[in-house]
Amino acid sequence: MKFRQIALGLALATAGLTGVVSTSVATAQEKVQFFPSLTGRTGPVAPNATQFANGYADYMKLVNARGGINGVMTLVEECETAYATDRGVECYERLKGKHGGATVFQPLSTGITFALTEKIPADKIPMITSGYGRSDSADGDIFKWNFPLIGHYWVAGDTVLQHIANKEGGWDKLKGKKIAVAYHDSPFGKELLPIMEERAKKHGFQLQLLPIPAPGVEQKAIWLQVRQQRPDYVVLQTWGVMTPTAIREAIAVGYPREKMFGTWWSGAEPDLKDVGAAAKGYSAVMMQHGAEPQSDVVKQILSMVYDKGQGVGPRNEVGQVLYMRGVVGAMLSVEGARTAQAKFGKGKPVTPEQARWGYENLNLTQADLDALGFKDVMRPVATTCSDHMGSAWARVHTWDGTKFVWASGWLQADKTLIDPMVKASAEKYAAEKKMARRSKEDCQS
Amino acid sequence: MFYRENGQFKIAYRADQQIFPIAQDRWAVLALIAFAFIGVPFLADGYLFRAILIPFVILSLAAIGVNILVGYCGQISLGSGAFMAVGAYMAYNVFVRIEDMPLVLALLAGGFFAMLVGIVFGVPSLRVKGLYLAVATLAAQFFCDWAFARIGWFTNSSSSGSVAVSNLSFLGWTIDSPVEKYLFCLTFTATFALLAKNLVRGAIGREWMAIRDMDVAAAVIGIRPMYAKLSAFAVSSFIIGVAGGLWAFVHLGSWEPAAFSIDRSFQLLFMVIIGGMGSIMGSFFGAAFIVILPIFLNQALPWVGSLIGVTVSTAMISHAEFMIFGVLIVWFLIAEPHGLAKLWSIGKQKLRLWPFPH
Amino acid sequence: MAFFLETTLGGLMAGVLYSVVALGFVLIFKASGVFNFAQGAMVLFAALAMARFSEWVPAWLGFESLLLANIIAFMLAAICMLIFAWLVERLVLRHLVNQEAVTLLMATLGITYFLDGFGQTVFGSAVYRINVGMPKEPIFVLDNIFQGGLLVNREDLIAALIAATLVAVLSLFFQKTTTGRALRAVADDHQAAQSIGIPLNRMWVIVWFVAGITALVAGIIWGSKIGVQFSLTTVALKALPVIILGGLTSVPGAIIGGLIIGVGEKLSEVYLGPLVGGGIEIWFAYVLALVFLLFRPQGLFGEKIIDRV
Repeated sequence: MKFRQIALGLALATAGLTGVVSTSVATAQEKVQFFPSLTGRTGPVAPNATQFANGYADYMKLVNARGGINGVMTLVEECETAYATDRGVECYERLKGKHGGATVFQPLSTGITFALTEKIPADKIPMITSGYGRSDSADGDIFKWNFPLIGHYWVAGDTVLQHIANKEGGWDKLKGKKIAVAYHDSPFGKELLPIMEERAKKHGFQLQLLPIPAPGVEQKAIWLQVRQQRPDYVVLQTWGVMTPTAIREAIAVGYPREKMFGTWWSGAEPDLKDVGAAAKGYSAVMMQHGAEPQSDVVKQILSMVYDKGQGVGPRNEVGQVLYMRGVVGAMLSVEGARTAQAKFGKGKPVTPEQARWGYENLNLTQADLDALGFKDVMRPVATTCSDHMGSAWARVHTWDGTKFVWASGWLQADKTLIDPMVKASAEKYAAEKKMARRSKEDCQS
Repeated sequence: MFYRENGQFKIAYRADQQIFPIAQDRWAVLALIAFAFIGVPFLADGYLFRAILIPFVILSLAAIGVNILVGYCGQISLGSGAFMAVGAYMAYNVFVRIEDMPLVLALLAGGFFAMLVGIVFGVPSLRVKGLYLAVATLAAQFFCDWAFARIGWFTNSSSSGSVAVSNLSFLGWTIDSPVEKYLFCLTFTATFALLAKNLVRGAIGREWMAIRDMDVAAAVIGIRPMYAKLSAFAVSSFIIGVAGGLWAFVHLGSWEPAAFSIDRSFQLLFMVIIGGMGSIMGSFFGAAFIVILPIFLNQALPWVGSLIGVTVSTAMISHAEFMIFGVLIVWFLIAEPHGLAKLWSIGKQKLRLWPFPH
Repeated sequence: MAFFLETTLGGLMAGVLYSVVALGFVLIFKASGVFNFAQGAMVLFAALAMARFSEWVPAWLGFESLLLANIIAFMLAAICMLIFAWLVERLVLRHLVNQEAVTLLMATLGITYFLDGFGQTVFGSAVYRINVGMPKEPIFVLDNIFQGGLLVNREDLIAALIAATLVAVLSLFFQKTTTGRALRAVADDHQAAQSIGIPLNRMWVIVWFVAGITALVAGIIWGSKIGVQFSLTTVALKALPVIILGGLTSVPGAIIGGLIIGVGEKLSEVYLGPLVGGGIEIWFAYVLALVFLLFRPQGLFGEKIIDRV
């Protein structure tokens, strides 16, 4: 009797499974521009990645409220990755063909970026990795489908070191100093190290590397080492719940927060608001935007999306750092599609390959950005076939106990140092994959 | 009635000793293999291959390896993820560092190194048993996690710690379409499954089962515990290592140490427990269950939500997946602690009589 | 020398924190023979309950006092753990009597997954704050002997005192109360305990509840230190080498094991770590426990494993 029940249950479940899976595979051809959103709403990065996903979704709704991309409405579908690479790859496979084809992917995880870099050339879908992923993918001649728009980790490392050098009074004052780098022990964390090592060699300061194994619950030993070595500065390359833990442990060993600098994924409100006043003085380098509650685009989102009850997340988070990062990411996705539409036909959805052309020929002037509502938030972005980054500006903000205030002016990463590094690393990748640089004709397509 | 072996007489020892002595079994397995190799490529689409079939095939190979250690030899091991990692990274190093290395040899070499590591970490099993051994194998897991993240040689000194392979080919065929990848993995799995089935029917398999049931008594009747336990670790790690190489090369393409973390070890152990410990067929059932369930839940939950008029957010789907997964595991263990394989064998028993009542 | 003492002190206190989590494991294993992998999820769930109730209760009842909010939140969280213990016994343990160790282990893993999802559904997945007034800034002692003084983390010190109080309360409970005696009887021999009329099922509910309270205390200590976050479940993984080193069935073993693992881990990370690139904390504790096991397979204070043929 029991066996029969179990067998019946299994049979029904299998029937249900096949039914559901088959209905999900069939898609209809719709006249929308589909933007998949790989989210991290659960797992170790949930507090931070949720804001990004909310910002992304809200900006897409704003675009629709303004009339879409020349009349073509945007469609966002989310898929939860929990910052796990295999789930991210599964989400990619599931979403890439839906709703007429995914326009562009933004995986928000360096691990998933590495995995998808192998798949997107075959699937011909571009990927935007603003501020993360492979730093060498700025070389568009080799990485045709990757777009680390407006910044990558070598820009972050360079600008944070520039800020520290400015505080000291010049690069030469760094000679003999000690800078510790506490980083997430994963491709994300390690991606920062080449630029730090390059600068350390050039200016004669000592680097102390402190890997923090994920998820970073127990960091006492690392901060005891910091206390022992007494570095002059500590740079944090951490993400998610690792950051507040690091700051708390730093407080517990009495390391001054004024000497701690995070990269742009390690300095947002979810990391600091629970630590509060004790974290006063902690700074982080930001990829152009910071917390921008008074910006035009936030005002528009509040009036055209939240006032109509369509906002995805809590209203009080609109305008916070990671929310803005989602907004900026969505803006870049849309503007690339709009640029592509201008060439391939206004008023109809662009294919992923056409969108790729759009991201490669992005030219957002200050006037364009101001019109979109990003006045004083962003600087112009211009990509080319060889340069898939388009802009290398950053600023540093500091936590004053309750909010962030700007601590530096606009800093620009040193292209003379970074470009050769990017090129060398990209060539190494191309040699491994036995692929050649793109030809001039290929750049025009 | 249909499953009866009435009228099947064996007139030679060879016929009596074959893997599937009952003709219905032979036909069924042949049909299954034929369907898997020939039928499925026509029926399945790209997404089904990439998301379900290829992971299922590779993970069932790994589950067979884990089953040999946990199910047949009774040594609880939570370090299977580490052995997969060793297989993957060593296969990568052999593939990348030696010019023109054939893919299959690289994968087998990965399995070989995994076997060596397995033997080393199996040594504690001679002294420690049960749950203590389970936690001791976690040492293997975490040590390998650290080693692959820290020691640059394993990742060919890649600055990010992430490695990638491409241009896979076998005897001139490039393996890049989903069907080709599926068939490549299926060949490995089918071969190893048949080899494993033979192994566990033989003397060494009986030694393993004797150690599992009562290791002191086994030692008393002359089975050498060291040989049996270490050979179980060796064979199991070899298979898991090859599965790890396949997972990395064919399914992921580009990976980092976190792909083989402790969650992977638990996942493999779940497959073995739910599928049925001590059963090769059970490894396949367990792998199917664990691979398909999250995807099924991911599709079904929004659909169920839409039926009752509730939009389910992605975070909620993720939480619900966890909850339902946990409940199903517990329910399964209560309903049938010997796993799906036991249900399968009960089914076969009933089939002997069906449709007759007695 | 001063830094060595600081590291050792830090290690001892970290070890105490691990012991608090390990205590829950040992209690359940002693009384019901179940290796409760869900202890980590219980720590997280209890901490989430405490954190959220301490936020919600002032909002619902409309008062400001932090102390009162914390006390009410603690009681509500304890009630949650009681309900949880009762449900686990009713729905899971009762049906899995006499199953193999691995099956029970997997069942607790299933409970872990369920609790993870359920906790985040009910309480949310952001990082929450537990504010029980723990001091955050360190103090420096003995600055007449050592220049600059020895760094002592006050929060960890108070956590160690709380853990010591917890162990004392538990020992009193086990030695002096009837229920405690009944629990010890059940831990000794299930059948004998049943034969003299001790209701096994109720004892299991009680022991899971006590383990839940231990998890709550551990959750408050850890949550106060690093914030209540998803990765608290991994703290349970750190407690595993503690229990196998101390012995699965021994409460003093959990404490001593914790201290040994804590000190060993921190010293190895600080002194050996830089030689090999760092990050060896994740495996050092396990390897240390493994080496101990090779000499004493039942752990320091565990019951000798007797095989009968």
